[in-house]
Amino acid sequence: MWQTLPLWPVRASTLADRTDALMIFMLAVTGFFTVMIFILIFIFAMRFRRARNPVATQIEGSNALEATWTLIPFGIFMVMFIWGAGIYMTWAQPPPDAEEIFVVGKQWMWKFQHPEGQREINQMHVPLGRAIRLTMISQDVIHGMFLPEFRVKQDVLPGRYTTTWFQTTKPGRYHVYCHEYCGTAHAGMIGEVVVMEPAAYQAWLSGGNAEGSLASTGQKLFQQLGCATCHRFDTQGRGPNLVGLYGKPVLLDDGRTVTADDNYIRESILTPGAKVVAGFRPIMPTFQGIVNEEQLLSLVAYIRSLSQPEQREPVRNRAAPPPHPAPSPTRSR
Amino acid sequence: MHDSTVVAARGLRHHFADMEQQRASATLGMWVFLITEIMFFGGLFAAYLVYRTTHFEAWAIGSAHMDFWIGTINTVILLCSSLLVALSVHAIQVGQNRLCAIYLWIASAMGVAFLVLKGIEYHAHYVEGAVPGSLWRLQVADSRTVQMFFYIYFVMTGLHALHVTIGIGLLAVIGGYAAKGRYSPTYHNPVHVSGLYWHFVDVVWIFLYPLLYLIPHPKA
Amino acid sequence: MATVTVPAVERENYLNTDFTVKSWLLTTDHKRIAILYLLSITAMFFVGGIAATLIRIELLTPAGDLMSSDTYNKMFSIHGIIMVFFFLIPSIPAVLGNFLVPMMIGAKDLAFPKINLASWYFYITGAGLLMYVILTGGVDTGWTFYVPYSSTYSNSNVITAIAGIFLAGFSSIFTGFNFIVTIHRMRAPGLTWGRLPLFIWSHYATSVIMVLGTPVVAIALSLVALERAFHMGIFDPRLGGDPLLFQHMFWFYSHPAVYIMILPSMAVISEVVSTFSRKRIFGYMAVALASISIAVFGFLVWAHHMFVAGMSAYAALVFSLLSYFVAVPSAIKVFNWTATMYKGSVSLNTPMLYAMGFIGLFTMGGMTGLYLSALGIDVQVHHTYFVIAHFHYIMVGGAVMGYLAGIHYWWPKISGRMYPEAWGKIAAGTIFIGFNLTFFPQFVLGYLGMPRRYHSYPPEYQVLNVMSTAGASILAVGYVLPLAYLLWSLRYGEVAPDNPWAATGLEWRTPSPPPTENFPETPIVTWEAYDYSTVREEPVAR
Repeated sequence: MWQTLPLWPVRASTLADRTDALMIFMLAVTGFFTVMIFILIFIFAMRFRRARNPVATQIEGSNALEATWTLIPFGIFMVMFIWGAGIYMTWAQPPPDAEEIFVVGKQWMWKFQHPEGQREINQMHVPLGRAIRLTMISQDVIHGMFLPEFRVKQDVLPGRYTTTWFQTTKPGRYHVYCHEYCGTAHAGMIGEVVVMEPAAYQAWLSGGNAEGSLASTGQKLFQQLGCATCHRFDTQGRGPNLVGLYGKPVLLDDGRTVTADDNYIRESILTPGAKVVAGFRPIMPTFQGIVNEEQLLSLVAYIRSLSQPEQREPVRNRAAPPPHPAPSPTRSR
Repeated sequence: MHDSTVVAARGLRHHFADMEQQRASATLGMWVFLITEIMFFGGLFAAYLVYRTTHFEAWAIGSAHMDFWIGTINTVILLCSSLLVALSVHAIQVGQNRLCAIYLWIASAMGVAFLVLKGIEYHAHYVEGAVPGSLWRLQVADSRTVQMFFYIYFVMTGLHALHVTIGIGLLAVIGGYAAKGRYSPTYHNPVHVSGLYWHFVDVVWIFLYPLLYLIPHPKA
Repeated sequence: MATVTVPAVERENYLNTDFTVKSWLLTTDHKRIAILYLLSITAMFFVGGIAATLIRIELLTPAGDLMSSDTYNKMFSIHGIIMVFFFLIPSIPAVLGNFLVPMMIGAKDLAFPKINLASWYFYITGAGLLMYVILTGGVDTGWTFYVPYSSTYSNSNVITAIAGIFLAGFSSIFTGFNFIVTIHRMRAPGLTWGRLPLFIWSHYATSVIMVLGTPVVAIALSLVALERAFHMGIFDPRLGGDPLLFQHMFWFYSHPAVYIMILPSMAVISEVVSTFSRKRIFGYMAVALASISIAVFGFLVWAHHMFVAGMSAYAALVFSLLSYFVAVPSAIKVFNWTATMYKGSVSLNTPMLYAMGFIGLFTMGGMTGLYLSALGIDVQVHHTYFVIAHFHYIMVGGAVMGYLAGIHYWWPKISGRMYPEAWGKIAAGTIFIGFNLTFFPQFVLGYLGMPRRYHSYPPEYQVLNVMSTAGASILAVGYVLPLAYLLWSLRYGEVAPDNPWAATGLEWRTPSPPPTENFPETPIVTWEAYDYSTVREEPVAR
């Protein structure tokens, strides 16, 4: 019967347990007060109906009651706020050791990219029990990644990366929905997450990634597009040395300091004039229209791999080893 | 009783109890309307501020391509015209109908001068290639964002110019009524209320001018 | 003392003073303008309702088999645009507010009667543009017009739709500022703020929101239209723009807009609960100030629509906290209305049934707002059927029931006729049952994960969708009934006395229907609001 009339979604992630606990609390509290109001209105309508109570007693009000029914609800609301905020802050902060999967949304499909090289369309295989972080971008309009059984949702924007994360607790197949209206086949932009036992996931991963890892794809592109001409690793080139750059602060020529994160790298490739590193001239050409979002992700993965091995590298990354350590590339000369 | 008829000589509308109520209502009405206008322009100012914060260099480049002199002269023109409008209200308060009308008409003409200069300025932008989109020809760094500056510039000053146009007509018409003797020291609220509108148009420009024309260049 | 009623047809009133079309289309009488709005708003309600009917029929089956995806997307877009901008926002203010605000304060008309008429012309021109949009291919952006879909990708009549909404927005602004000036400047002597009916307090708060918020959405939508026309990139990331800027500007109005939609209903409920309990509203000042607080706090919470939009988590914390603040005054009102019935003398006429339904359903809808304000829950239910259920509980279970309560309550005053009470009760009950069956299953669907704006859905959601559609069919019957019997009553209804409900309030101290100038002389008010000792009549037994 529950197949045809499900009333509650399956719990398949660590966040789901916490979200459902708050949900049940809220159902209990709001249910109680709603029923109370319904009952009071019903009782008053019966007990004080005109036939039984022809003359009303004029009562101006009561400051004590006003204070009571202001402060008690407010107190309850603050409990709801704090509890909900706690869950949200967990949702908003992926663990640093989370495994990465890259997602590109476009009208009307999801493209999942594993760092090890596996590409999937509308289906995402993940290992059970590991924290998985999704780094997502849209190729066109705003989409939304919604994984109801994991209680996770995040808008997928054009023009900048957004992230979300989850850690699964039950193997199985679960829904992937696009929740942000995106045009004709919005309702068709759905898929499934396949949560596998770690051993099965390993087996799946190693079957068929002839292209190599995402970072190695990025490295090939880096050479092919001529990036290495200016961004040299051995000497100071016309562009900053990118080794060890990822995640570090960068001083710009207008005095601002920004962090070299995924969005910074992507922006620097597409609109290099927007943020010019201090001490360098704004001569980098734009690659807008030359690289698509998936290629950008591979470049991001490659540049990540150029940082210290223990930072930001997926567990089974097979990228090229970093070159000789170079002087710190981001201080102005 | 049928629908409203204007008691033309005294100007009292039938649904008001007395002139004081009518005057107070019209004035409050204009103030509330101007608040809606502030919210209307406010959205554009908000967009301007967001992009200026995230793309300051491009904004400075855009501002450097503005015609400082036309902008400054236009500011002076509007300020003077507001002074004349204030004087026109004073004139009618002391019964000088003709002077009131003249001040209003000169202010209206100054509004026209503002629009003419604006038109010259827009044309110069067009010739220079500073119109965003397919007509863009300026060679600047981060040309995409500088185009955004110009887009916001055209929308904000265009919307402002629309309001100036309405104000020109309003002042001219009210000036005409003043010349015909419709107003007096005891009844001249339409002059006052139209003046409020014109002052508002002026104040919007006072904000637009420094934000668009006077952005300092960042230290190199 | 019994009231001797001269039959309406003999006495001159605002309806029979002139029957020409010109006298209606060029009227500046606020009561006639209210009737013009009543007719056009009713028409728009049924247009939006037809779209809803088609949506619910499509959703009977998991597959998208009744209409194409594009058509479905246009259905929910048109439904939302019409219901929000052309029905809910104007409804009570433009119909009941226009009719009653001058009368309740003892004035002959609003401060700016010609602007009032102009507001109606803006409205129907805007409505006409939307009809044109429907007939020439529709619009498929959703009523929220998110960019870059609406500015760059949609292939539908976006600009024309925006133009129509822009005009409706002007209509709203004019109504709002007319009310503000009228309430400030045209109250009868002795009618201090503390003696005003709560209907006026609520409409004042509504008008403040209309005046401050509407221009911002006007500009936001204008920029979308400009971007569609000139492709200059203010919201397009490929050209350096930020799609979230649109969302902030849009919701800055559209959140307070929901308070424009609910405060007037609350205004009606205050009047109805008082009259049918024959008792002053419990905590008059608390309710009055709660209206104002809702208007103020309502402007501070807009980004609770954007918790997962890509906004900073710290901003989300602030907006979640503020959203809980705005819930408090609504709760206060519900408690005060309930307390008003205590030791009152309650009569369960149709308006009172609607009011009681409102209190129950608005409570449920408002409570579910608490879920949405909880950040952790919102991650799950944002943009699912949970949200749809939440706002329909408030808008339909709340605002529309309040509208119907008001229409029935003031029908004798507006038309000079009584509606048939038995049918009124039947319709109220039908609507209550149909409504709950339609929308309660949607809460479950939402938490399960069914996203909104979905043309097709996984099969396991079908049973709940079928329940919802069944409810919608009952609800539809419930809405057609008042249309039928109210029209019937114009000809065959019992002639109404001046004050059938023995209510306080200046509007009941005029004939039903009133003469054009409302009051032969301006009344002088020396009594508090809801002072039943000043009422001479007895309520008619029904």
